[in-house]
Amino acid sequence: VCIHRVRSCSSIRFIKSKYMCVFDKSALKFSHQQRLFRTSAVSCGQIVQFKLSDIGEGITEVTVKEWYIKEGDSVSQFDSICEVQSDKASVTITSRYDGVIRKLHYSIDDIAFVGKPLVDIEIDASKGVAPEEDVVETPPMSHEEHTHQEIKGHKTLATPAVRRLAMENNIKLSEVVGTGKDNRILKEDILNYLAKQTGAILPPSPKAEIVPPLRKTETVPAAPKDKARKIPVPVSRPIAFSGKDKTEPVTGFQKAMVKTMSAALKIPHFGYCDEIDLTQLVQLREELKPLAELRGVKLSFMPFFIKAASLGLLQYPILNASLDENCQNVTYKASHNIGVAMDTEQGLIVPNVKNVQVCSVFDIAVELNRLQSLGSAGQLGTSDLTGGTFTLSNIGTIGGTYAKPVILPPEVAIGALGKIQVLPRFNGKGEVFKAQIMNVSWSADHRIIDGATMARFSNLWKSYLENPASMLLDLK
Amino acid sequence: MVLRSLKSCLWLSCVLRTPKACFWSTASGGLIIQSVSNDVYQNLAVEDWIHDHMDLEKQHVLFLWRNSPAVVIGRHQNPWQECNLRLLRQKNIKLARRRSGGGTVYHDLGNINLTFFTSRKKYERMENLKLVVKALKALRPQLDVHVTDRYDILLDRQYKISGTAAKLGRTSAYHHCTLLCNADKFVLSSVLKSPYKGLKSNATPSVPALVKNLFEEDPSLTSEMLLDAIAEEYAMQHQIDHHINLINPADETLLPGISNKTKELQTWEWVYGKTPKFSVSTCLNMAYKDSVLDVKVNMDVKHGRIEVCNIDLPEQWLPPGLYSELVKSLTGSKFCPNETTTLVTTLLGVCPQDHELHSRWSLLCENMVMLM
Repeated sequence: VCIHRVRSCSSIRFIKSKYMCVFDKSALKFSHQQRLFRTSAVSCGQIVQFKLSDIGEGITEVTVKEWYIKEGDSVSQFDSICEVQSDKASVTITSRYDGVIRKLHYSIDDIAFVGKPLVDIEIDASKGVAPEEDVVETPPMSHEEHTHQEIKGHKTLATPAVRRLAMENNIKLSEVVGTGKDNRILKEDILNYLAKQTGAILPPSPKAEIVPPLRKTETVPAAPKDKARKIPVPVSRPIAFSGKDKTEPVTGFQKAMVKTMSAALKIPHFGYCDEIDLTQLVQLREELKPLAELRGVKLSFMPFFIKAASLGLLQYPILNASLDENCQNVTYKASHNIGVAMDTEQGLIVPNVKNVQVCSVFDIAVELNRLQSLGSAGQLGTSDLTGGTFTLSNIGTIGGTYAKPVILPPEVAIGALGKIQVLPRFNGKGEVFKAQIMNVSWSADHRIIDGATMARFSNLWKSYLENPASMLLDLK
Repeated sequence: MVLRSLKSCLWLSCVLRTPKACFWSTASGGLIIQSVSNDVYQNLAVEDWIHDHMDLEKQHVLFLWRNSPAVVIGRHQNPWQECNLRLLRQKNIKLARRRSGGGTVYHDLGNINLTFFTSRKKYERMENLKLVVKALKALRPQLDVHVTDRYDILLDRQYKISGTAAKLGRTSAYHHCTLLCNADKFVLSSVLKSPYKGLKSNATPSVPALVKNLFEEDPSLTSEMLLDAIAEEYAMQHQIDHHINLINPADETLLPGISNKTKELQTWEWVYGKTPKFSVSTCLNMAYKDSVLDVKVNMDVKHGRIEVCNIDLPEQWLPPGLYSELVKSLTGSKFCPNETTTLVTTLLGVCPQDHELHSRWSLLCENMVMLM
């Protein structure tokens, strides 16, 4: 039983011996043999052998390096089919026809020959494309004229930008009425065609616009204004939205996150939040910043937060512990390796500062600088990223006040620091003063840490930061 | 030599191929432009832009550009095979993949790049290189420079001073080449030597060559002089004005869509992901306690990602569950030290807290990362 794809056609064509009529895959369940078929009774898509055209410089063979399509894909005229290489030249081969790819004659790294078939394309018979032409060229102008396209004997004028827009929206140029000179199809014509099709009115994509020349300083602040100008009066400038869902596998950084967070899910978290008055610390840091700069180090608030946390952990070592898998044993870690969550281009990484318990605030600042520069260059090593016992996340640098941080196993506690805001507060005398307020949100493993412990640790940490001089008493 | 900045509206009109009368395309058959940027990605993006958007039927373009330190690999090459990626990262030298074929080159400000844009029909590399040689000889008649049939330019019959590559599209083509004026040969030779062993691939290999700077032959030569001489020769041969027009590759109004092209050239997917499929078959020599372990590693890497991963560890050296977790994590992830480090350190966080285990794990992972 033979099944042909039947197409309505204005003229029934005799298929010449050069073409093979290949059954499409659904036919194979009925007939397990592919047969060459010559028929005049029914028409099906013509298979055209697209030959590799002349590369120039007398080159006769090339190596196929990459296919952009595979068998079964639809292609339009001028779509890229493959990339071939010959003697330091990389050549993009584009399709001559609209149709469906039926066969690739070469695999990657095969040698392909000029003048021999490269791919077989099944052409839509209703289009009535002229039979096989000799593609090895000294081509006459009309074949290479990129602004023209032979469709049903008409020359359709359109610039490449317009053609691309049409292609992106699956519009056949032959169906669009051109209103430009010589019936040239303009962008507006495509848009009007789309409006009629979809009835949709959508805001324009900024890329399609040619913005009049602006001086550099004007471009940035002009952006919001431009957007306002660009939102069109409905009806006059509709543009179709050709966005598609994109699915990609979870790999790399995301995979790592999935692993960590799935494990963290098993930990019963409880949260505890508080507000810290950093007015005095802000002042202290202002005084110390130039000293640190003299030593070549950038001093942020983090070294203080980290050191204060370490001092607190000395009093509440359970927060620097680890619970084993079976929840049988708690290991109190001797080193305070305090992790600092960093946001990089690729995602979240948490390098840690080792042995904070024996580091000065300056030492911590130096180490943070090192980790930050390695982190942004994507060059952190395994030792920097492992061995953490407690983590602080400074989400406040991006924004936000309160958070609900997730503990990073095998740790048992984490703190998220909000941004420092200037807020009015009452002092001891009942007067209102300007205070530098930061919020902290702790999460802890409720299996081994109770609320009271967390609260007391937080209070101690808070007291060190609200009154930095008190840190001096307990510094080792 | 007159440097003149472009009138953007005229540029725009000839660029969009509208029927409007265009000064450039009617008045002359050629255009000489020079980039004000030293960023390799921006400059490669300009090449892409001209290739994709300019009408080169009636007009030829010569594009002059220089880059701050960068290694540029050919379209179908394998960066691990071609250069010392570790050294590049340490020295902050950029890695770029161009769209033309050919081999790997090192760029710095002592190297000049010339791109000859023509229509596909007028693509002719030998002519372009002969033009360059003619310009060099006009500048310094005593220079012994000639073009080989491999499209290299040799100095004194033995030193390569220029390498060539080309890109052909449907209607247009470009041929670009380098020219060593005063590049850092020491850095060049150290970055272009790959330390990675056991790589097997069908990627285009580079052909190493002895190089020399023109400056070494004649210390009075500068990059500017060479650029000017070549521009003058080009202007003469194409009968056009000897004006070098400056362009800024960051100018979106002049070159609409250029920032997207620049971004694409910097993506990991382009630079590393376009590497043809290759395999790594090597042996890690891990010094552990008092002995040295020989661990065979086999990996298949496709699109820059690990497709298959086999690590031949001694039995029970790592708990089997952990080993399979490691392999599962690595499969599908980028063949990249940063990503691998993150993955393995994360896995460590969710496995039993055993000091011995941790040190073995870290050792293995550090060695694996060295392969990338």
